[in-house]
Amino acid sequence: MTHRATLRKIAHARAGDKGNRSNVSVFAYDPKHYPVLVDQITPERLQQTFGALFTGQIQRYLLPQLHGLNLVLDEALEGGVNESLNLDSHGKSWSFLILGLEVDLP
Amino acid sequence: MKAESFRIGTGAGFSADRLDPAVDLARRGDLDAIVFECLGERTLASGLLEKRSDPALGYNRLLETRMRAVLPLCRAGNTCLITNMGAANPLAAGKAVVDIARELGLPGMRVAVVTGDDATHLLGKDTHLIEPNCALQDFEHRMIGANAYLGTEGIVAALKQKANVVITGRVADPSLFLAPLQHFFQWEYDDWARAGAGTMIGHVMECAAQVTGGYFADPGYKNVEDIAFVGFPIAEVQHNGTAVITKLPGTGGCVDPRTVKEQLLYEIHDPAQYLTPDVTADFSWARVDSTGKDRVSISGARGRERPQELKVTVAFAGGFVGEAEISYAGPGAQRRASLAGEIIAERLRQVHGVQTAPRLDLIGVSSVHGTAGQTMTDSEDVRLRCAMRTSAREEAETLLWEVESLLCCGPAGGGGYRGYIRPSILTYSTLVDRSRISPILDVFDV
Repeated sequence: MTHRATLRKIAHARAGDKGNRSNVSVFAYDPKHYPVLVDQITPERLQQTFGALFTGQIQRYLLPQLHGLNLVLDEALEGGVNESLNLDSHGKSWSFLILGLEVDLP
Repeated sequence: MKAESFRIGTGAGFSADRLDPAVDLARRGDLDAIVFECLGERTLASGLLEKRSDPALGYNRLLETRMRAVLPLCRAGNTCLITNMGAANPLAAGKAVVDIARELGLPGMRVAVVTGDDATHLLGKDTHLIEPNCALQDFEHRMIGANAYLGTEGIVAALKQKANVVITGRVADPSLFLAPLQHFFQWEYDDWARAGAGTMIGHVMECAAQVTGGYFADPGYKNVEDIAFVGFPIAEVQHNGTAVITKLPGTGGCVDPRTVKEQLLYEIHDPAQYLTPDVTADFSWARVDSTGKDRVSISGARGRERPQELKVTVAFAGGFVGEAEISYAGPGAQRRASLAGEIIAERLRQVHGVQTAPRLDLIGVSSVHGTAGQTMTDSEDVRLRCAMRTSAREEAETLLWEVESLLCCGPAGGGGYRGYIRPSILTYSTLVDRSRISPILDVFDV
């Protein structure tokens, strides 16, 4: 039996920026939830859900020994600090945007 | 081979970072070195503008405050101080430090200044800017200056000359930490494995409290004790390049595998290819293990040959950003705030002929995550924010005027108007062959 929960319940995250590229690292608190990240926090899903913001390519790097992954989001900062008029022009809060996603837990 | 470890602390993780945790580290940390990392891309560009208006300025504004507080402690504890607080004017910063050391009665101190990062003269009309993907001559904005990211060489040379304080301009952040490690352990510059290890340590340390529980608390999920008094980090580094990250007893915050993992990937893209002037570092094999309360060991970094080209940040004057806000609260707040936004857009276009539409945010309903499609629907406490970027300051002033005029002419119950105009600085990158950049060392005795 599976049940749904927000990602924040099983994982923590931090966002950083370089130019118009954002990176969000996501780590499972409990190693048993690492496969949930791998299966459900995919570039395809992020593009589908947040495509209006994450307008470029999304690359995902897996770090199994840290039970985490690094999401590298191109053209995901509305132009970045040079151009964005978003109050959060660094996209520091993108970590919690992603932690708000729902996941199915085993 | 040396057996003892090297203790290095972080005294600042950005230009405006706190002072008291740095003083605590300098006093009680028993440190071999303390690093103050204070130089963002925009901070440097602002420094270049300040230096242009006054040749004695352009370095970190907190330099004097920080030095007065920690120099005597560093002297007493035989702790070397390394900082990029020189920003756009490292020589002026170095002279200020010498003056302070004299005033505080610290004779015999040696202050070294590393320059050579100014790359303005190396750029030409056809220099390629990476992100706008165009030649310098085709970019419409006025250049402020260009600085290359130096590696460890200049700092290591300063330490060889027994400098107690090393002031730099633009140096890659992790290099500020790798340099004293290379010097102390006598790692060769082309020992890529050690350079990768020291770079990982520097990367984890460079944002100070971000590895000791700062930027981490999420009440109910990630609780952090005594966060108001978060301590700054210490790395106890071994000759083989492994380290334990810790903090002083009695300080707030926490060092655990979660804080270290978050910082390990902070602003990293491909973890297997982290490029610095010193090495192509590989963090993809990193191990992060708890070894006790507030003690985490980091190991497993690897390294390959350093890149042949150095990154150069080019800064441009980018016009102005105008921002103006007004609040609506209580029943119907969201509809009144939306209406206010419609009024602003309409009047800017029709009355003032402003071509670019302003960005409109309803803070409390939809703002920072607005573009991602996130909306809260039942907020009764809403702040309209209007923002625009413009090359003409008058247009930004018009925006502020229009939002302020909502006080009498806009929807009911608007209050709390605020408006700001700030100059905008643009920064882009280019690459320069490393053979064209050399660090320059000046040494001053107190």
